[in-house]
Amino acid sequence: MKEAAQSALAPGGAEAATLLALFWPVVALLGAIWLAVLLVAALGLWRRPGQPRRPGWPVGVATAGTVLVIIGLTFASYLATRPLSAAAEAPLVVQIQGRQWWWQVAYPAEGDAPGFTTANELRLPLGRQVRLELAAGDVIHSFWVPNLAGKQDLIPGRDNALLLTPREAGIYRAQCAEFCGLQHARMALLVMVQPAEEFARWRAAQAAPAAEPALAAEGRRVFEARQCSACHTVRGSTAKGSTGPDLTHLASRGSIGAGLLPMTRGALAAWVADPQTLKPGNNMPLVPLSSDELQALTDFMALLQ
Amino acid sequence: MRRMLLLALAVPLLQGCKRETRDLRPDPPVAAALDGVAILPIGIGGRPPEVYFALGKPYRTNAYQLSEGKRLYAWFGCPQCHGQGEGTARGPALLDGWWNYGPGLETIYLSVRDGRPGGMPAFRSRLTNDQLWQLAGYVQQLGAYSGGAAAPSRDDAPPTRPAENRAPARFAPLEP
Repeated sequence: MKEAAQSALAPGGAEAATLLALFWPVVALLGAIWLAVLLVAALGLWRRPGQPRRPGWPVGVATAGTVLVIIGLTFASYLATRPLSAAAEAPLVVQIQGRQWWWQVAYPAEGDAPGFTTANELRLPLGRQVRLELAAGDVIHSFWVPNLAGKQDLIPGRDNALLLTPREAGIYRAQCAEFCGLQHARMALLVMVQPAEEFARWRAAQAAPAAEPALAAEGRRVFEARQCSACHTVRGSTAKGSTGPDLTHLASRGSIGAGLLPMTRGALAAWVADPQTLKPGNNMPLVPLSSDELQALTDFMALLQ
Repeated sequence: MRRMLLLALAVPLLQGCKRETRDLRPDPPVAAALDGVAILPIGIGGRPPEVYFALGKPYRTNAYQLSEGKRLYAWFGCPQCHGQGEGTARGPALLDGWWNYGPGLETIYLSVRDGRPGGMPAFRSRLTNDQLWQLAGYVQQLGAYSGGAAAPSRDDAPPTRPAENRAPARFAPLEP
């Protein structure tokens, strides 16, 4: 498993590698031009005053060079980015919807694999091309996982798509790259690239309703009776809200609150007890719960494997 | 002269400091007290809790609270029966200034919290107290008799009715 920093310089996918192959020559060429310009400026400052100033052949050479460099870079950029939009035969389709301030991730049914919805975690099989269908639920967001591909905006009323092909298993951090309100900075998404068999197992587990022990827990009653179920879904219970993240397999995810806190029992309790202090302005209200209710609820959520 | 000029510049800049406050997290005791509506036995008319006045009656005058009310209106299925305020076959209009249970904010709060006969469901266990007030404030603004100074955020879709803080509600003709 590769656990790379969120960086476009450590590509884990075909698209990011293509972009990086364009990046270095451009940096080298422009760096050389920058040094040359500094050198000429230094020579110009060094020159004794009083000499005649008129455009000579160096100006002509510099102008021609500029035109050639721009044309060359345009051509190189065109050639390098053309394969980014080449769709393979049957890519894996994942629908991503940006919301204030979290990500809804839906896997439509494919063959005999049923569809399901999860949140703030995108798992992808290694080596297979993925077509991400990007939509926005409220305002403009931008999907950016620099280790795998470039940015793509999520725009209300206009569905975008992004193709990417992961080439290295690992965990990559993605985040919203378009200012979208108060908690824009805390809108992260973990992208986990896994071998195909592992991905298939995960997919089957996620499509199943909530785990049996969780549904037997006392906290289920609190979850269904209180405000929780108005916004959240737990498949297998009567909670069918759709405006908040699907929590059916909450405890199987790596973090809560879109990358805000690690997935621990304490963090879950803290989040439910006071979401507006941990992530001010988010759409989850402070639900008044007794300590017994909070305890039972946390037990229930920790069992949602 | 120069000092006057600086002062003249500073005054509008300092005025900009007094922006509208967004109360993102009502204190739990305040939120609990917000439920203490004194209502007449007939279920129409009454008095909001003291804490509502202590807060400065924000639910009709604060644009953030109105925007939250508008979001809740869409999120919690209100358009299913009330449309964008024009009403449908299932639910009465909210735009026309005709209130079945009176125009008071505390009565609207009660209607949303406890429901009303004829199909209006109770949202007591679906929304928190402050959210109920936000929603009630927005609903009252929809059918207000006079325009308000504060407005919720605009729709993305083309408007099908006047903006919430514009054009006072039309008085419905009294039933014969």
